[in-house]
Amino acid sequence: MNKKWILPSLYILFLMLPIYGLLSMSFKTTNEILGGFSLFPQNFTLENYIKIFTDPTWYNGYINSLIYVCLNTVISVSVALPAAYAFSRYRFLGDKHLFFWLLTNRMAPPAVFALPFFQLYSAIELFDTHLAVALAHCLFNIPLAVWILEGFMSGIPKELDETAYLDGYSFWRFFIRIFIPTIAAGIGVAAFFCFMYSWVELLLAKTLTSVDAKPIAAIMTRTASTSGYELGLLAAAGSLTIIPGAFVIYFVRNYIAKGFALGRV
Amino acid sequence: MRKTTNQKAWWLVTPVLLLVAFNAFIPLMTVVNYAFQETFGNNQFFWEGTTWFEKVLRSERFHDALGRQMLFTSMILVIEVPLGIAVALSMPRKGPWVSVCLVLMALPLLIPWNVVGAMWNIFALPDIGLLGYSLNSMGFDYNFTRQPVSAWMTTVVMDVWHWTSLVVLLCYAGLCSIPDAYYQAAHIDGASPWAVFRYIQLPKMKRVLTIAILLRFMDSFMIYTEPFVLTGGGPGNTTTFLSIDLVKIALGQFDLGPAAAMSLIYFLVVLLICWVFYTVMMRNEEQ
Repeated sequence: MNKKWILPSLYILFLMLPIYGLLSMSFKTTNEILGGFSLFPQNFTLENYIKIFTDPTWYNGYINSLIYVCLNTVISVSVALPAAYAFSRYRFLGDKHLFFWLLTNRMAPPAVFALPFFQLYSAIELFDTHLAVALAHCLFNIPLAVWILEGFMSGIPKELDETAYLDGYSFWRFFIRIFIPTIAAGIGVAAFFCFMYSWVELLLAKTLTSVDAKPIAAIMTRTASTSGYELGLLAAAGSLTIIPGAFVIYFVRNYIAKGFALGRV
Repeated sequence: MRKTTNQKAWWLVTPVLLLVAFNAFIPLMTVVNYAFQETFGNNQFFWEGTTWFEKVLRSERFHDALGRQMLFTSMILVIEVPLGIAVALSMPRKGPWVSVCLVLMALPLLIPWNVVGAMWNIFALPDIGLLGYSLNSMGFDYNFTRQPVSAWMTTVVMDVWHWTSLVVLLCYAGLCSIPDAYYQAAHIDGASPWAVFRYIQLPKMKRVLTIAILLRFMDSFMIYTEPFVLTGGGPGNTTTFLSIDLVKIALGQFDLGPAAAMSLIYFLVVLLICWVFYTVMMRNEEQ
């Protein structure tokens, strides 16, 4: 008999335990949490979630995060599309160097850039706006999108382009009417990865915002330090940040490996 | 694919070039400015040459942080890669469970990094967290805020929890590309499971595995948020990795010169690894 299922099951169990810990804590009252350990919430409460959905400083954090993440996804994917097409179809002066240089930005440690970013975006008076974070996240998301899209585009035979040009299509008409629908799956995956990396990043988002565009993740750290240690609230806020990821992951489950491999599987 | 030479393709690349250069080049020059000069505010700069670099390269603090970083990166690679391969090998290839496995396994990858830190902080709290409470009630003396060993273990396990799925997903994608005929041929030849792994599965996974290892190497080399939220670099300095140390120097003490010099050294290391990564990947692609 095949005992293969044991290892994946144990692994998934290991993955779920901390998430369960977080979820169960989010349904407990502060007194119960501090009173000692319990596997299940004894006095089941939604208080923590209600607090988050009624207090503007909390729910604005989610809105701020979603605004800059979506803004970044749109910017990244739309400028990456033509560039990826150029890399996958044409040879031009310095193309290989440029492609490598893009990759180095995906690998740049955000800690190196935190302070200069603060100065740069203060100087152009974008500090504490959603646009600032969206633009800053382009640093690693545009290279990522270019690489993923290039991977998908290289899978489309060049005959498609050539036939369209013979049929009298102009470049942009072909690109928008024919090519983009053809690589819709690739665009979806690239958008997903931009969304994801922008959603999980905190260091730059925190450095570039103070009040108006503060992301939920930064609000969590502030709450932890100023208003005592409200673990239940923190756990509820954390649980809510898992939802967007869990929701979109289902749609790209079959392409997710390709995305992580920068389009190179 | 056969590519045609077309210099006009530069126009298609220009928007990307401008946006990324704006984000990468200007900040990098700022760092270079600080690295070679001393400033006392008011935009007055004094040339310092390589003083800061010598200071950083000689400082024990930098050596310690680099050492801890190396140790951490090698530890997580040694655990995550074999574990990832093992899980990928035993995952189902067909059927309804595939989607369930993929979605559940990918979940940790999509949680904001500071939430990962906070989650593990809560999970490992000695008296009220699931992990901390269980370990202590089993008789282990465990407290990650006080004991360096516990703090290290927790950080490493957290990273394993967070990123092993990346290795799993990539290996799984590699395994799925093996045609059934290969396995049938091996079965007819009476190949042992080890032989199947060594001569069929491993060669097919080589490409994705290189990507996985290098990605894990680089990402763990610049890890910041998760250990910062979990342990704050403590107890003492025991889990202060390169990025955490850098931010402490730059924003905590506002020693801009040494911080900038350290940034550049750090960046050069990353650049070197990148180059290896790129060369390996391009060679893979040509094959």
